[in-house]
Parts: sequence; structure tokens; C-alpha cells
Amino acid sequence: MAVLSLTTQVFAAKNEFSLQVKGSDTMVNLGQAWAEKYMEKYPADLIAVTGGGSGTGLSSLISGSCDIAMSSRDIKEKEIALAKGKGINPYEIKAALDGLAVIVHPSNPIDKLTVSQLSDIFIGKITNWKELGGKDEKIVILSREVNSGTHVYFKEHVLRKNDPNSKEEFMPEALMLSSSQAIADEVASNPAAIGYYGMGYISSKQKAVAIAKDQNSEYIKPVIENVISGKYPISRPLFLYTNGAPIGLVKKFIDFTLSKEGQEIVLATDFVPVVK
Amino acid sequence: MRKIKEFFIEKLILICGLASIFFVVLIFLFLLKEGLSVFITVSPFKFLFGKSWYPISEPAQLGILPLIMGSLLVTLGAAVISVPIGVGCAIYIAEVAPLKLKEILKASIELLVAIPSVVLGFIGMVTLVPLIKNVFHLPTGLTALSGSIMLAFMAMPTIVSIAEDALYSVPKNYKEGALALGATRWQMIWRVMLPAASSGIVAAIMLGIGRVIGETMAVMMITGNSAVLPKSILVPVRTLTATIAAEMGEAVVGSEHYFALFSIGIVLFIISFAINVTADLFLHKRQ
Repeated sequence: MAVLSLTTQVFAAKNEFSLQVKGSDTMVNLGQAWAEKYMEKYPADLIAVTGGGSGTGLSSLISGSCDIAMSSRDIKEKEIALAKGKGINPYEIKAALDGLAVIVHPSNPIDKLTVSQLSDIFIGKITNWKELGGKDEKIVILSREVNSGTHVYFKEHVLRKNDPNSKEEFMPEALMLSSSQAIADEVASNPAAIGYYGMGYISSKQKAVAIAKDQNSEYIKPVIENVISGKYPISRPLFLYTNGAPIGLVKKFIDFTLSKEGQEIVLATDFVPVVK
Repeated sequence: MRKIKEFFIEKLILICGLASIFFVVLIFLFLLKEGLSVFITVSPFKFLFGKSWYPISEPAQLGILPLIMGSLLVTLGAAVISVPIGVGCAIYIAEVAPLKLKEILKASIELLVAIPSVVLGFIGMVTLVPLIKNVFHLPTGLTALSGSIMLAFMAMPTIVSIAEDALYSVPKNYKEGALALGATRWQMIWRVMLPAASSGIVAAIMLGIGRVIGETMAVMMITGNSAVLPKSILVPVRTLTATIAAEMGEAVVGSEHYFALFSIGIVLFIISFAINVTADLFLHKRQ
């Protein structure tokens, strides 16, 4: 692993026309789509996109082994301090929005939930579908691993309902899966499962649940219009982080992602554009 | 001229030999240096026997007891499955099988080693996991048992080849003596061969187990990774190795979490070191 990152570092340093983009698994497809279109337009430049999780991307930016970190969560205080210590100055660019879909098996009769019901499910207060009006079956909770920005976002905004003093955690019995695809596969094959992932992964093999902020609010489906209008309660910004305000090739690429063309790619990969 | 050549080659080999020891020592020192830092903030007792693993919360809860138990449970399960089958297979190959079959069996078992663990994990995920879910009527098939069964496949080749070796090196006259005294073939195997080869067989088992406890990829894919104290073998568990692999990417270099992962590395190192030393002791006893 170390050797691998070392070699990519060497390659990146050698070629001034190449960029390393690394981070959030949620954003990998988007990053790759950006890179492909960008390289079609400017064939002389080389953009390499890899996943690994938001934390992985940010720690690579801090250690200098990538030029742009993709992150589905804000950079943490600790990470900023660490970066400063290494002479790196993280610069944040909001590049897209993402709705988080909560998904169940298509045969599950439940099709709407409130945020506080979701919180109760994922912290283990509600353990049987029966309590929500479903079948008498134990709920199988699926979560991403802790290196995922999606995990952190879901914990802070759903489990803890945006309350910074809350101490709620995923129940320890929750299954920790290493990718959004793994969650999609498990939900598709397990009628008792519930999981979450970025909207881009929604397919007919899973059923996305409509979500309401509280009991008195309207239940909203996770579709692009609802995220743009801000009605859907669990949506989040997706960030690109660079070392200092972007210059040179980094700026050229970032400008491309924020251009009309770049934001059309955002839409095409099932995310939500930030610039209109 | 020949002397100089000899001299250089000799020294070159010496350097190669020392280098491997040197690297092991370096790795161990690095592990210690990074891993022990976690004990500035968490007491070793709380670290080893704490029941909650929430490494990225504020404040972080770094108790690895569920992870240790997870690793031990998966390993124990794998041993229960692979030891009888492995030793049985070794006896068959060494004592019973006709020569031609013997060659085929040995070759195919060695082929098992060649399957990468991620492939085993993948096969387990699509075949074994749904099977276990349906057979035991579980909410999910991602359980310790699934991990144990897949890992048994990984331990088997080691156990079979070393145990077969041990049985093979039992002096011929033991066997002939037993048969001459009127023992049946089974009595000869059970009463003479197995006791005579016992230390080698124990070493084989230990090395097989050593392989299982250090295995990461297959386990991470099929055990579900929930950090709870397992109450049975039919629940998801999180192992030490899977924790390091899954979380190393996130851990901010120099953070408590990062050091804690290195400490898990030390715990793993100690466990597999103990297993290997035990295996070694038994191997030497035999000679």
C-alpha cells in the first residue's frame, strides 16, 4: 500500500500534466465521468481518479499524495490542524449535491418513514418491522464502514438529528459493509434489511423510502427535483478539496467541473448540480 | 580469483540473511512506537477489555474486546471444521490411498493454496452467505460461521501437507511392528502412527490456525463486521484484521484512532507470534 502510494506520488510529480483525484466512494463515478469528458476536451492532460472513502482522500491530500480530494463530508478541525502542520492549506469547493436514499427490499410493505423513526431504527430502539406496521421480522441494519463520508453524514444528520451534543451511535449489531454496492446487493437479497446510500445507486432491486422531517411534514421521495428544491430532508453537499486556492492544472479541472458542461455531468450521474 | 569470488558470494548471502531479520525487527519497532502511543489516552485495560468500538466519535471509544472475541470465534470455528477434515485427509493420503490417487490428492490440495483469499471471499458471499441465511433462518447470512467455513478452506492445505509429512516420517519399523503383532490397519493408525506423529500434527494445526487468524480479505467480505460481543457463531462479528483494513484509510495520521489501529496490530502480532512459537516447539520436539 505504502509502496503503491509512493509510486503514484513519484508519477504525479514527474508529469506536470497529470492530476491525482482521490476520495469519496460516493463521488468516484462522478469524478471518473468528469475526468473522461475533461480528457476528451484536453487530451494532453491526465486525470487519475480513485476511491477509498472521504477520509482516505483527505488524508492523501494532507500527506501530499493527491492533488484534489473528493469528500462527501466537511473537513474536520483535526484534519485542518494536521494539514496546516504539514504546510497544506485545504481549500473547499462545493461541486455538487447528493440526496441520501434510505432503501429496503422491494417486497417490504414500508414505504415511508420519518427522520426520528429512522434514527430509532439505526440506533436500535426499533428492532422489528412489526413496530412500524410491517412484517414480524427482525430489522437487519446495514451501514457503511467508518471511513465513509456517507456513514458520518448519516450519523450526524439522521441518528443525531443535527444535534451536536447528541451521543447516539449506530447500534453495535449493525452490519458494516465496505461499499455502497455491497449495501445495494445485500438489500436486494434480504427482505428484512434496511440501508442507505447516495441517490445515484437507486435501482429497481431496492425500494427507496419516502422521508418526512417530522410527523406533521410531507413524505418526500428522493428524486432530483426534491433535492434541488431543498424539500428532501437528507441531502448533503459534495466537496472537492485542494491545497490552497486552485492554480494551474488544478484550477483548469475545477473550473471544468463547475462549468455548465461539468454540472450536466453531475446531473447525468444522478447527483444534483450546485451552479445553475 | 576463485577465493575472492567465494568471499563475495558468502558475504552477499550473509547480508541477505541478516536483512530479513533486520526488517522484521524494524517492523516490530515501528509497530511498538506507533501502537504504544494510544495508551497515553486509553489505559491498556480499557483498550483490551472495553466493549465498545466507536473510533471516530468524540470522545472515541476504543475497546477491542469484541474484535478479539470476533477473531477468536472465527478462528475457533475454522479450526473445528478444518482440523478433523485436514488430519483425516492427511491420514488417508499417507496411509490408505493408492499411489496414483495420492499424487492427485496432494496436487489438488496444494492447488487450494493458490486461490486468492479475495476470490474465496467472493465465492462465499454469493454461495455460502445466502445458504447459511436460509438453512438457519437467520436475519442475515453474514455471520461468524460463514467466515469460519471459508477460512477452513484456507487452513486445510497447510494442515494436510504438514500433517502428512509428519505421518510419512514415522519410522517404517513402527508400522511393521504393529502389523506383525496382529494389529488391524485402523489400530495401527490410531494407536501407533498418530501418537508417533502427534507433535508434527499439532504443529500442522497451529500453523493452519496461524494462517486463519491473520486472514483479512475473505473475513471482511463475509462476516458482517459488527463490533459486538458474539453470543453465538450465527451472528455477525468484526475481526481484528478486518478492522485494521477497513479503517486505516480513514484514520487521520497521528490521531488516537490511527494509534489504536497500530495497537490492534501489536495484539495480532502477539497472537500469531505465540501460535508460531508453539508450532515451532512441537516441530523441534519431533526432531
